[in-house]
Amino acid sequence: MAEPSPLAARGAGRLVAHFWMILGVIVVAFPVYYVFVASTHSVQTILRPPLPLLPGPEAAANYGQAFEGGVRRIGGVSLWRLLANTTVVALGIALGKIAISMASAYAIVFFRFPLRMACFWLIFITLMLPVEVRIQPTYKVMVDLGLIDTYPGLILPLIASATATLLFRQFFMTIPDELLEAARVDGAGPWRFFKDILWPLSLTNVAAIFVIQFIYGWTQYLWPLLVTNSNEMNTIVIALKKMISFADADTPWNLVMVTSVLAILPPILVVVLMQRWFVKGLVETEK
Amino acid sequence: MRRTVFPHKLLPWLLLAPQLAITLIFFYWPAGQAFRQSLLREDAFGLKSTFVGLANFRKVLGDPNYLNSVRVTAVFSVLVAFCAMAIALFLAVQAEKIIRGRGFYRTLMIWPYAVAPAIAGMLWLFMFNPSFGTLAWPLRQLGLYWNPLLDGEQAMTLVVAAATWKQISYNFLFFVAGLQAIPRSLLEAAAIDGASRRHAFWTIAFPLLAPTTFFLLVVNTVYALFDTFGIIHAVTGGGPGKATETLVYKVYNDGFVNLIMGDSAAQSVILMVIVIALTAFQFRFIERRVHYG
Repeated sequence: MAEPSPLAARGAGRLVAHFWMILGVIVVAFPVYYVFVASTHSVQTILRPPLPLLPGPEAAANYGQAFEGGVRRIGGVSLWRLLANTTVVALGIALGKIAISMASAYAIVFFRFPLRMACFWLIFITLMLPVEVRIQPTYKVMVDLGLIDTYPGLILPLIASATATLLFRQFFMTIPDELLEAARVDGAGPWRFFKDILWPLSLTNVAAIFVIQFIYGWTQYLWPLLVTNSNEMNTIVIALKKMISFADADTPWNLVMVTSVLAILPPILVVVLMQRWFVKGLVETEK
Repeated sequence: MRRTVFPHKLLPWLLLAPQLAITLIFFYWPAGQAFRQSLLREDAFGLKSTFVGLANFRKVLGDPNYLNSVRVTAVFSVLVAFCAMAIALFLAVQAEKIIRGRGFYRTLMIWPYAVAPAIAGMLWLFMFNPSFGTLAWPLRQLGLYWNPLLDGEQAMTLVVAAATWKQISYNFLFFVAGLQAIPRSLLEAAAIDGASRRHAFWTIAFPLLAPTTFFLLVVNTVYALFDTFGIIHAVTGGGPGKATETLVYKVYNDGFVNLIMGDSAAQSVILMVIVIALTAFQFRFIERRVHYG
C-alpha cells in the first residue's frame, strides 16, 4: 500500500471515499462491537432495548462470573475447558496440516518414484469435496474407529484436504535446481536440505497457512457438532449454540455474551496480529 | 521440470504415508460409502439393506421438499454471492481512492473473516432478536411486524445478511489486491486522454478485474452452499417451516435427525457432483487465464 493509485481521488472525492469506508467499517465491525458492549452490561440492561452504545459497568462482574462456574451452570462445561478444547482443535488442525502437507509436497517435488503423479492426483481430488458433502459416511467411520468424543476425532478428518499440499508443492517447485545441486555437492541429504535451506525459505508460507488453518479450525461447526456428544468435549462455538437454543426467561444473557466475545476474540487477534502474512498468503495462495 | 532430485526410493513413501493414510480413511472410504449407500435402501430398523439402483435418486429428485430446498439454496446463494461481492468491490474501490489510512481501514475490515459462520449468525440474531434485539426495536417502532423466527422471508433476510457480512472481508482483500495489480500505465493513459475516473473504472479497471471476479464467484458460491451451514443451523434451524432449508442442511437433517440414510446419501452424491462441476469450471477458467494472461 505504498504509493497512491492512479484511481486515487482528490479533494472532495477523497472525503466521500473516507465517508463510505467509515460507513463500511461501522457495518462490518458493529456486530462484534455490539456483542462486546452487551458483555459488559447486566442481564436486565441487555433485555431492555435499545442497548447503550458504550460499555457498561458490569464487565468485571460478568467475566469473573463466566470463568468461575457461570458458564458451567448453563452449558455444563467450564469456560476454561471450552477455550482449551477449541485451542487444541485449532492448533491440531493448523500444525497437523502443515506437517503432513509439507512432508508429502517434499516427497512429490524432490524425489522420483513410481506412482508419484498418481499419489499427487489422489491428494489433489480431495480439494473438491468439503467434509459437508460426505458427513454421514465419515461419521460412521468415526464411530467404527471409536473416535467419537476424542481430539483425534475432531482433528483428523479436517486435515484430509489438499489445499496446503498444493500450496507447498507450488512453492517448492520455484526453488531453483542450482540450490539443490549445490546442497548435494556439499553432501547434504534430504533432512539437511530441508532443515537448513527449504524450511527457512518456507517460513512466510508456513505463517500464512498457519493463520488460515487456525481460523478454519477455530470456526469449525458441523463436524464438532457431530462427533462430540459429551459437553466436556465441545468446542466453544458448539457450546454457545447449545446455550442459545435452550434459551428461556432465565438464560443469563450477559454470560452468553461473554462466551461469544471469547469465541470471537482469539481468531480475530491471530488475524489482526499476523495480518501481513495472512493477507499475502490468502491472496497469493488461493488463486 | 526438476533435473536434480534425491535418489532415495523408500523415503518419499514414508513422507507421503501420513497424508495418504488420512486421505484414504477419512476421504475415499466415506465417499465410497456415500456412493454405495445411495444405491441401497435400509429397512425400518436399519438391519437389512437392499439394492434399489437409482430409486433413491428418483425419490429425492421427485420430492417437493427437495425441490423446495433447491429453490431456497439458489435464492440464498445468488443473494449472498452478489451482495458480498458488490459491497466488497465498492469498498475496495473507495479504499483505492484514499491515500492515508488504508491500513487502518483494512485492519478493521478483516475481522469478520475470523468469526465462525455460526457465531456470525448468532451476532445478527442478537441484534435482530424480536424480543431484545437493539436493531429489531426501531423496526417495531416503525410499525413493522418483525419476527424472523416466525416469518420465512424475514428469516431468509437475516441469514443472507449474516452470511454476506461474514464474506465481505474475504472479497475485499481479493478486490484490493486485484485493483493494485492493474497496470498503472493503463489508468494513467486513460487519465491523460481525459477519461473521467468513473469511466476509467468501468472501461479499464472492471474488465481487468474479471479473473478476480470469476475466482470470487466460484469461492462465494461454494461458501454459500457449504460453509453457511452453521449460520442456518444456529439461527433458523432451516425454518420457519422449510423457508431456509438449504441442500446441505437437508442432508444433515435427513441423515442425522430423520435418519433416512438412502435419501441422505443420494443427496450427498448430488452435492458432490455439484462441487466437482464448480471446481472443474474454475480450473477450466484458470487454465485459460494462464494461456492468454
